[in-house]
Amino acid sequence: MSDFKESPSQTAGPYVHIGCAPQTAGLEQRGMGAPFGHKMIAGVTPGHEMTLDITVLDGEGAPVKDALIEIWQAGPEGSYAPTAQFSNWGRQAADLTTGQARFQTLKPGALKGQAPHVLVWIAARGINLALTSRIYFPDENNASDPFMIAAGDRAETLVAAKAEPGYTHVIRLQGPKETVFFDV
Amino acid sequence: MTKNPFSPRDLQWHPPALHHDYRSTHLRAPQHKLLHMPQTETELTGPTFGQNDLGPLDDDLILNYATDGQMAQGPRIIVHGKLLDENGRAVAGKLIEVWQANASGRYRHVNDGYLAPLDDNFGGCGRCLSGADGSYSFRTILPGPYPWPNGGNDWRPAHIHFSVFGDGFAQRLITQMYFEGDPHIKLCPIVQSIPDETAIDRLVARLDMDKTIPMDIRAYRFDIVLRGRNATLFENQMEGR
Ligand SMILES: [Fe+3]
Repeated sequence: MSDFKESPSQTAGPYVHIGCAPQTAGLEQRGMGAPFGHKMIAGVTPGHEMTLDITVLDGEGAPVKDALIEIWQAGPEGSYAPTAQFSNWGRQAADLTTGQARFQTLKPGALKGQAPHVLVWIAARGINLALTSRIYFPDENNASDPFMIAAGDRAETLVAAKAEPGYTHVIRLQGPKETVFFDV
Repeated sequence: MTKNPFSPRDLQWHPPALHHDYRSTHLRAPQHKLLHMPQTETELTGPTFGQNDLGPLDDDLILNYATDGQMAQGPRIIVHGKLLDENGRAVAGKLIEVWQANASGRYRHVNDGYLAPLDDNFGGCGRCLSGADGSYSFRTILPGPYPWPNGGNDWRPAHIHFSVFGDGFAQRLITQMYFEGDPHIKLCPIVQSIPDETAIDRLVARLDMDKTIPMDIRAYRFDIVLRGRNATLFENQMEGR
């Protein structure tokens, strides 16, 4: 066996905020730099601004209030090259009381051969290996996207709902409408 | 795409989503298998961070929450090692974030109600970038073990949580580091959710007397390995972005 096998994953635990979203832990930054991933947009941007509200539900339909959620998406031109106005990466902790995470971002453009999408990554207590899924948009043509095709009759679990001024998306960890998670 | 730039993840090596003895997994483990897909630009790219994004004390947990002239309580330690990929190559310039309990086993977190005391001079949050040779290092104090609600008499071994970024989002990893010789490692349902003892051993840091500074601070060595990168494919893929 290789000495260089990937380090095995462990849960982020309930206190992930201390390291990844200190403002949520109630940890005021004394000697530390600013938290990462909190803001994706700076100044005036060329794209279409939107909110993306994400809630993760457990097997009983209860919100996972200690989840850490990251998104990674193309900019409005369909590119992952960051600009001064837009960071393709965002990170929010679920609200400790409601379980909702809100991202203020730009609608992604399409990549070659794929419909516009957002990669979503979830770490939390009780999740041994962080989960990766995708979010697609109800007002785009998703029919020929390879991930949507592969998801088959579960593809609708990857599509957000329109909710002005943006979209809401529910991620179900279990149950009849369990979200499709990918191994990529 | 015929061949994926990142080598496949060995899902038998990682802990399974559902581990009966770790109760929090019962309602949070997906029941479908993960859907395997070829990697696209979305998974091959990821955020980048620079030294300018970090504060001067971000890698010093002994001082980064302490009042001027004071320091965190507990045994002083350096935690260091290399960030590598499965080909043994350095993964350079990547963000490593850590968080941990204080020397008494208490987290500075609104939801931690353990009766052990907080330390006014300890926050428990740190971060650094890996160097050109993959090396990373931070200073902290030895965290204490703590009890947690899991239906029985469960105590976590002393540990430090790690969040690591790679070249692409497919390499993103969260894990925990343990300390050699800790009897709680064998008793902990979270650690033991990892099926293979060899894999567990990869998360156990070793006392490193070579990096220990006499009369000052002990060192522990912990290497972190991310998914392998097929170098040729990866460079071709990244060019022209
Ligand atoms: Fe912990």
